[in-house]
Amino acid sequence: MNAGDITLADLGVGESAEVRAVGGDRGVARRLMEMGVLPGTLVRVVRVAPLGDPVEIRLRRYGLSIRRAEAAAIVVTRSAESGPLPSTAGAR
Amino acid sequence: MSGPVRVPLVLLAGNPNSGKTTLFNALTGARARTGNYPGVTVERRVGTLSVGGRPVDLVDLPGTYSLSARSEEERVAAQAILPSSGPGPDAVVVVCDATALERHLYLAEQIRETGVPVVVALNMMDEAEAEGLQLEVAALASAFGAPMVPVVARRGRGTTELLEALARVLEEEPKAVVPLPLDAAVAADVEEVALSVDAAWPAGGVSEARRPAVRWARALWTLLSVGDDELRDVPAAVRDTVEAVQRRATSQGRALDQAIIMARYERLDAITGAFVRVESPRSGPSTTERIDRVLTHPAAGSLAFVLVMGTLFQALFSWSEPLVAVIEAAVGGVQGLVRWALPDGPLQDLLTDGVVAGVGNVIVFVPQIAMLSLFIALLEDSGYLARVAFVIDRVMRGVGLHGRAFVPLLSGFACAVPAVLATRTIENRKDRLVTMLALPLMSCSARLPVYTLVIGVAFPSGQSLPGGLSVGAGALLLMYAISVAATLGAAGVLRRTVLPGPRPALVLELPPYRWPLVRNLALATWERTRTFVTDAGTLILAITIVLWAMLTYPKDAATEARYETLRAQADATLAGEPLQVEHARLDAEQAAARMEHSLGGRVGRAIEPVVAPLGFDWKIGVGLVASFAAREVLVSTLAVVYGVGADQDEESDSLRSRLRTARRADGRRLFTPLVGLSLMVFFVLAAQCMSTLAIVRRESGGWRWPLVMLVYMNVLAYVASLLVYQGGLLLGFE
Ligand SMILES: Nc1nc2c(ncn2[C@@H]2O[C@H](COP(=O)(O)OP(=O)(O)OP(=O)(O)O)[C@@H](O)[C@H]2O)c(=O)[nH]1
Ligand SMILES: [Mg+2]
Repeated sequence: MNAGDITLADLGVGESAEVRAVGGDRGVARRLMEMGVLPGTLVRVVRVAPLGDPVEIRLRRYGLSIRRAEAAAIVVTRSAESGPLPSTAGAR
Repeated sequence: MSGPVRVPLVLLAGNPNSGKTTLFNALTGARARTGNYPGVTVERRVGTLSVGGRPVDLVDLPGTYSLSARSEEERVAAQAILPSSGPGPDAVVVVCDATALERHLYLAEQIRETGVPVVVALNMMDEAEAEGLQLEVAALASAFGAPMVPVVARRGRGTTELLEALARVLEEEPKAVVPLPLDAAVAADVEEVALSVDAAWPAGGVSEARRPAVRWARALWTLLSVGDDELRDVPAAVRDTVEAVQRRATSQGRALDQAIIMARYERLDAITGAFVRVESPRSGPSTTERIDRVLTHPAAGSLAFVLVMGTLFQALFSWSEPLVAVIEAAVGGVQGLVRWALPDGPLQDLLTDGVVAGVGNVIVFVPQIAMLSLFIALLEDSGYLARVAFVIDRVMRGVGLHGRAFVPLLSGFACAVPAVLATRTIENRKDRLVTMLALPLMSCSARLPVYTLVIGVAFPSGQSLPGGLSVGAGALLLMYAISVAATLGAAGVLRRTVLPGPRPALVLELPPYRWPLVRNLALATWERTRTFVTDAGTLILAITIVLWAMLTYPKDAATEARYETLRAQADATLAGEPLQVEHARLDAEQAAARMEHSLGGRVGRAIEPVVAPLGFDWKIGVGLVASFAAREVLVSTLAVVYGVGADQDEESDSLRSRLRTARRADGRRLFTPLVGLSLMVFFVLAAQCMSTLAIVRRESGGWRWPLVMLVYMNVLAYVASLLVYQGGLLLGFE
């Protein structure tokens, strides 16, 4: 991760992004990747829990909740798209 | 094949919430046999059904996202699909949610790579249609490399076709598996691991044709699993090779795990991209989205949360009460019947106070367990349980717990036994153990009679604290506060000491809201309750009998003879009401004398030096021994040792006034406020409930964790009471 990179934790509710890299704890990163959070995947932040953490993201037509700490290890690039996600969100 | 004809084994695998259990119930009806996987405590449900005219055993596996398991349940599923030795299943039906196909097919792809015959059940086709998804099933199946059958498990649609497809793959000759396409460099790394798999971990029991697939699947599996696992099955040589290969690949800039996972998703994305079309994209938010806007809203969602949890709590705490009363009355009735049918004597005592009381001790939990199981099944199947974890995770994180620990902890206020069962919804084994070990500190409803009695005896009733709260109510509140603080504190400490681990991550799917199926709820409730009765119940029964014997034997012949004489004297000199009163007095006195002479009474005396620094005398010591059966037994035990007869409750005036006037050997009052406080603190913190120990033994799969619990809680209780009493003495209280 380089300085200036933005992560999933930096996105606001409703913003979409494309995953660049999945870092952090190896086991957690593996699990996230196995659930389809991979470089190239489109994700959107749907909501934040009432107490500020965790966040819910939507990808590949399903909802996933992760803590900010995990979200901060996922490097992304913002994308303009904000409509519904296409069925195959693993665009490369 | 020679030897006896083996019933083919078919597994139902799939991601959590893909509809495995619904499909299982639809295929087998309610004829499931439930049990446990050997050595672990994950539920195993097996049913027999007829496939192409042949009987086949079908197993409902726990949900798993991947074969590289991260939880006990996932490990069980992975082991069943690709066992570390032996032949494994004859076929696997992978249940996939058609509305999120790539992620669900990821597991199907892993299973396909192992070479086992696979049928994919494309479930939730009703939802897929409602969302405007068009699936070209035949094309999907041939591109993927396994038959696919669209089904709606909820309505039993497609099950006939599914069984036909299953019958075909069971008949077929094994085919060679198309391997996962990998980069040359990555493939070379995998091959190196596969070579060590060949040497140290031969695929015993599988057909010749499947061997290449199994070795490759194992190589991929270890590359994705080793490093953050507690895998007990991987041979050390393979483990070393994997670590070496991973290190080398990393140094050369290859992330092997990411490369393997991406290769799978690339394959699946290509297939679904070609054959799944979004026909009419939904306009506006989905139903789930609309519900979530309310249920996870800061204000409305918190209110809903409090309401749902309040209802759950109320149900456990009070709705089960009438049923419990009925059970207790029935137990009393049966005891009366046995007394009437059998002559007085040791056999009658054993049956009434040992066996019948023991059976009663087991079934008295049934209403609460059934109620909580039903509630949890309801929350789980509707999708709300995941939102509970989502909403409350921030709070639980503070003490190193997972959002899913909330419902078990809350249930602990009612009773630890169902609450321990409720920890099954926590996937990670360590998280689950921490929750299980800490939650008996929650002040359960069995402690209330103890508080009520002690407060009634030890605290002056007329006085109030500043603010108008009575001293008794203040003491009660204090007990609940201590209990919550102790639970959270213990969880935090356990997390850092005996069960250290990485801060539990939260990777939690939020499934769509769905109407729960009555059949699924009924089956889940029935199966959980039955397992409790058969598994934990036997231990509870046994301990009840042992405790009863301890508090009854040995009997002293001289005492027995003396009371016979006293009774005969009374019969000769008195009549009518005075005679009855005298008999009652003699009975109560004799019961006290018996208890004093019993093994339990001697233990009470023996531990007096140990409990004296807490302010307790030997009679309270006997009470502590007896309350191991259940905390509220302290009340009836004190009634017996203080000679007012066993049938007294915590509100009873004769018991209260007897205890109020109780004196120590040196004539000081026994139940001072300070002693009362010390006793209550002890009861908040001590592990005294054999039923909790029995259920923890069952759920943790051995004696180790219940023993840890017993020791840590009792040491904590002792030290806390010691501090209260000795500190109080120093401050000038008595
Ligand atoms: N709409 C619809 N809902 C379904 C279908 N099949 C199952 N469900 C619902 O999906 C939810 C999850 O179903 P389960 O059968 O409990 O899923 P599971 O795979 O056993 O889940 P785990 O045991 O947690 O892994 C329940 O609320 C079911 O009623 C289906 O075909 N259509
Ligand atoms: Mg299930």
